[in-house]
Amino acid sequence: MDDFQGRRTDENPGERTADERLAELFAFLRRRVTGAYEVDEFGFDPDLNENVLIEALRPLYRHWFRVEALGLGNVPADAGALIVANHSGTLPMDALMLQVAVHDELDRPLRLLGAHLVYQLPVLGHLARKSGHTLACPEDADRLLRKGEVVGVFPEGFKGIGKPFSERYRLQRFGRGGFVASAIRAGVPIVPCAIVGAEEIYPKIGDIPALARLLGLPYLPITPLFPWLGPLGLLPLPSKWLIEFGEPVRTDEYAPEEADDPLLVFDLTDHVRETMQRQLDALRLRRGPAFPPIVM
Amino acid sequence: MTRTVLVTGVSGHIGARVALALAADPEIDRVIGVDTAPPPSPAGEDGAVLGRTEFVRVALRSPDLVKVIRDADVDTVVHLSLVSGPGGGGRAGGSGGGRPAMKEHNVIGTMQLLAACQRSATVRRVVVRSTTAVYGSSPHAPAVFTEDTEPVEGSHSGFARDATEVETYVRGFARRRPDVTTTTLRFATLMGPNVESPLTSYFSQPVLPTVLGFDPRLQFVHEDDAVEVLCRTARADHPGVFNVAGDGVLLLSQCARRTGRPVIPMPSPAFRFVSGLARGARLVDFSPEQLALMSHGRAVDTTRLAAELGWRPKYSTAAAFDDFLRSRGGPGDLPRALVDWLAAVVRPNS
Repeated sequence: MDDFQGRRTDENPGERTADERLAELFAFLRRRVTGAYEVDEFGFDPDLNENVLIEALRPLYRHWFRVEALGLGNVPADAGALIVANHSGTLPMDALMLQVAVHDELDRPLRLLGAHLVYQLPVLGHLARKSGHTLACPEDADRLLRKGEVVGVFPEGFKGIGKPFSERYRLQRFGRGGFVASAIRAGVPIVPCAIVGAEEIYPKIGDIPALARLLGLPYLPITPLFPWLGPLGLLPLPSKWLIEFGEPVRTDEYAPEEADDPLLVFDLTDHVRETMQRQLDALRLRRGPAFPPIVM
Repeated sequence: MTRTVLVTGVSGHIGARVALALAADPEIDRVIGVDTAPPPSPAGEDGAVLGRTEFVRVALRSPDLVKVIRDADVDTVVHLSLVSGPGGGGRAGGSGGGRPAMKEHNVIGTMQLLAACQRSATVRRVVVRSTTAVYGSSPHAPAVFTEDTEPVEGSHSGFARDATEVETYVRGFARRRPDVTTTTLRFATLMGPNVESPLTSYFSQPVLPTVLGFDPRLQFVHEDDAVEVLCRTARADHPGVFNVAGDGVLLLSQCARRTGRPVIPMPSPAFRFVSGLARGARLVDFSPEQLALMSHGRAVDTTRLAAELGWRPKYSTAAAFDDFLRSRGGPGDLPRALVDWLAAVVRPNS
């Protein structure tokens, strides 16, 4: 719509005028109501992700958790990579913040590999697909890496995110090392990633396993605020976050067939895990206290 | 050497078009079409529905079929008569006898046909139409199925189960007659101006019920492309199993928005109830596996077909759907008009 192209004032050429923003909003609405946008084969909807989902998460990233992203140069700018991160925080807020970090600081979509549970649940499943994520299975991981995407994985899974507060910043057992095999098959680097801050958002001090089983959930946490404060207890504590991308581990020196060598995969998995634990300890020291002292 | 092609399911829309296209090929001497019901009357659009195709009314499970194959020296069999619903789903192949008759037609019919082919000294090529429904629809499956993906859940019902069994028989046949080229084509949902399927009648309803909290990925193949793939595999040897689908996917929500019709999201049990009602009213005939599709969706990889044929479908999934919509009077304009109106109202400088 030509008549909607707002005029840019000469004083601030870099900023968009209100007219332009409005025009963009209506262009977006027109695309949405007529279905004139593209979705990739995994269900990723970049239009919705850019304009709504990331937009909604950004205030949390910038102002609530004050996330600082470090080591950005360790993620390839335009090739495939596998980001391997620690998982914590009871609810997967770390996945969402990592997604914003990769999108905003690296200008690339992050394609996370998620648990089966996510894709079984209504709403959550298709929102996860629309923001670019898919099921953690070798087929999907291989396919995304072959396409040169930045794929993210949390090998600790529920063991990591659901661990009690007393075990914070202690890496749990990694799964079966499937992520390493995928990286070798695709010949892409593994980028170890440490996330500090997510451990403190919902400190899990207890669990109600019977109720969790009843609801089909892996755990039902008790935190200092939940379930005592009801929905208010879902408010994450505003801890200070650091996300650091570490030195990439190369896999292109192996032949793709070596992904079938379990010993190699185990060794590489252990190597990545040890690297991440060291990285995590150093980053935790660097951050200092999770919450600033109340008396300044 | 003379060339004779036998096309089963020739009274269905795709079957008729394939027979017509093959009959127009000067390299093919004879096209014999078989089906349980006669093709739609030639008083259709262009007069000649099947061209010079010879129609033989015969059930696949009758011994007459063996005679047809033997007497006519058939060298290529194009097997298209898989029916997707007990009511026939708009395809003339269905006998309308409920699920047992459908299974009899699909599975036993294929067994008989392949048995006849196995005996034949002249058959050199068998092309079988299957469906991507053999992969099922599940939240636990990979996002994109390749031909080698094993379905996660083995227990399908209805059409998908029939297709799975049919494919098993085709594999057995290929093992016993390695000298015969067998091609299995797994088609995504057909879409186009002339396609009559549960999904096309769904998208023709004034309001579209959807499953609350789910937004499945759908993939379509345009009828023209389906006919083209079948003709290409009938004319030359392309052994193997191939997925056939238009490039890309559409989400159900995206399809609904393109139709311009309102959607009514409802919880899964209510959706099942409503589709049961629609089935009773003969509006939309959704089978159980289509209900799963409406929650979890399905997408397949088509690189193997493209590499084998050196050809890509002319219509993407989105283009096939848009072509279907154009034939049904185009999309509704109300939502777009609303946005335009809103834009005009809030426009600050006018």
